[in-house]
Amino acid sequence: MVKQQYITLYQQYAHIIKEKSAPLLNSIRDAAFKRFEELGFPVKRDKDYEYIDIQSSYDHDFGLNLNRVSLDVDPYKVFTCDVPNIQSYLCFIVNDTFYANPEPKISLPKGVIVASLNEICTTHPDLVKPYLFKNMDWENDPNQAFNATFAQDGLFIYVPKNVVVDVPIQLVNLMHGNDDLLAVNHNLIIVEEGASVKLLVCDHASNEKKYLANRLTEIFVGKNASYEHYKIENTHNQTMNLGTVLVHQDDDSRFLSNTLTLHNGITRNNITVHVDGQNAEAIVGGLAIGDKTQKIDNYVSMNHLKPNSTSLQLFKYILDDQAKGVFTGKIIIKEDAQKIAAFQTCKTICLTNTATINTKPQLEIFADDVKCSHGATVGQLDETALFYLRSRGIPINEAKLLLMYAFVHDVLEHISVDAVKDRIRLLVEKRLRGELSKCNGCVICK
Amino acid sequence: MLVIKDLHANVNGKEILSGINLTVNSGEIHAIMGPNGSGKSTLSAVLAGNPVFEVTKGEVYFQGKNLLEMAPEDRAREGVFLSFQYPVEIPGVSMVNFMRTAINEHRKYNNLEPISASDFLKLMREKKEIVELDTKLTNRSVNEGFSGGEKKRNEIFQMAMLNPKLSILDETDSGLDIDALRIVANGVNQLKNSDNASIVITHYQRLLEYIVPDFVHILYKGRIVKTAGKELALILEEKGYDWIKQEIEE
Repeated sequence: MVKQQYITLYQQYAHIIKEKSAPLLNSIRDAAFKRFEELGFPVKRDKDYEYIDIQSSYDHDFGLNLNRVSLDVDPYKVFTCDVPNIQSYLCFIVNDTFYANPEPKISLPKGVIVASLNEICTTHPDLVKPYLFKNMDWENDPNQAFNATFAQDGLFIYVPKNVVVDVPIQLVNLMHGNDDLLAVNHNLIIVEEGASVKLLVCDHASNEKKYLANRLTEIFVGKNASYEHYKIENTHNQTMNLGTVLVHQDDDSRFLSNTLTLHNGITRNNITVHVDGQNAEAIVGGLAIGDKTQKIDNYVSMNHLKPNSTSLQLFKYILDDQAKGVFTGKIIIKEDAQKIAAFQTCKTICLTNTATINTKPQLEIFADDVKCSHGATVGQLDETALFYLRSRGIPINEAKLLLMYAFVHDVLEHISVDAVKDRIRLLVEKRLRGELSKCNGCVICK
Repeated sequence: MLVIKDLHANVNGKEILSGINLTVNSGEIHAIMGPNGSGKSTLSAVLAGNPVFEVTKGEVYFQGKNLLEMAPEDRAREGVFLSFQYPVEIPGVSMVNFMRTAINEHRKYNNLEPISASDFLKLMREKKEIVELDTKLTNRSVNEGFSGGEKKRNEIFQMAMLNPKLSILDETDSGLDIDALRIVANGVNQLKNSDNASIVITHYQRLLEYIVPDFVHILYKGRIVKTAGKELALILEEKGYDWIKQEIEE
């Protein structure tokens, strides 16, 4: 049984995992393991996982770097995935290990920390302690229990009160190895009151090995703070990417996430937002372009705990061949959370009749003075628009491309960094043209 | 330039065009009038190659080439332009990108290099003036949020950009106030020369006060039942279509 494999693994190697991790990271490890033992992996009979098989992805002989063996190469020298024309503060997580940037091109404002979570747990435990694991629900969520059992490192970002970081921080998650690998990591991002930061996450794989990544990110957005999270996945058909983003928002805060899946194998993105403050805004957007047998499952849980806030979920899918898309959008409004405006839209274009999409809006509203809506459409390209473009001399393939590009443009409009937006537009265009089998401009991918 | 012979066309199995014969030469303006449902818009759509309509019989030659065998984009690049009765809104496709793509596709078809950025902007500026199109509009997505009048002006703007040999104006006057009508008609007249031709489809004589046709055809039940000079439009304005219907039924 798949589960047993990992139970045995932990029982055998728990001492090594703990020895190589900061005490703070070990603080819930055994308890989380116990829960994992009971819960196992999510299976298809779980309502939240009914369209995707997570468990069988683990059923493969993956290597884990429990001993924290470091790479024989410096990722900053070997891999230049500095997305062209983007000024960013670059850092790497290779497999599951954070590699601090030895010579950053950009200097960060005073007090801002970008570091290894494992290190920070040792050097600044008091800074981490009030936040670490606080957004998690590892007692009930099997993925999170698994993550807390095995995670040994990750990215840590701290932006102190009233500090604005203009230049985006860029995290490249790179899967790299001579063997098939499983990476488990835990990121923690703290944006204090009045502070602001943007993170651009790029998921890559350096070769055609089989990879499985279980990455969890806890984000705390303080009062009147702003945090933007852009995730671009550009891996390959042999990867399974399981990403969990857990957000906590205070009064007057702003959270924006945009999850762009351009190339992948199997991807599941869990985004859970707790809007635990008034006058806060949460925007969760996403775009998925799939072909062959790619599977993209986006799961959003938007929880409004306090009154007077707004949220938007906006997802677009373009699916070709036998690609499969899933969207689950929850909106949960607590009893006293009045005057909430929460909206949700999921639109899909299926280019073939073998591509499939399952969309599932789930609204649980316990307050009586709220404005909520959800909508989903599935269709093909608009024939009238297609004819209009062709009647101006634009060939059918080019016209289709223009329409697909137009279909996704409003998701891209939510990207606030112009350079990132331009770059992503280009990547999307290339992807739609079928030119993008790998990230362009990326030495690792050539 | 255009020769239509015994053209029949269906939509959803129902015959709309039942044997159209029409010849258009360079330098001519033809008006096609007729009551609702007579097949005017179908004729324009069939000429532009709208795949919704099925041609069941007949031939159409454009400059000696078999038009019906061509894809819509090839018809456009050969020089056929349709000004839509209901221009389509395409959110997310910018006017600039749309026009640049269209122009370059025309150029590619004629073995020309893509247009330079500065030439393109110059061309846009020049052609916008013809129909007094606001720059705010050309910075938007195609027809998105345009008023009815702005959409029609945008059609003529596109026509000016693409410089077609045969332009088909499908009820370009519908929904236009008198000022917009004048602007649109002026635009069409400015683009007129001895090498190109127009087919103007309209319900009303009003447009023909501004765009003076050489021929007026009356389309009824999928056929051209009467052809005469511009004076025919005036008679229609005065008497309506009933006398034509009577004449045919007799």
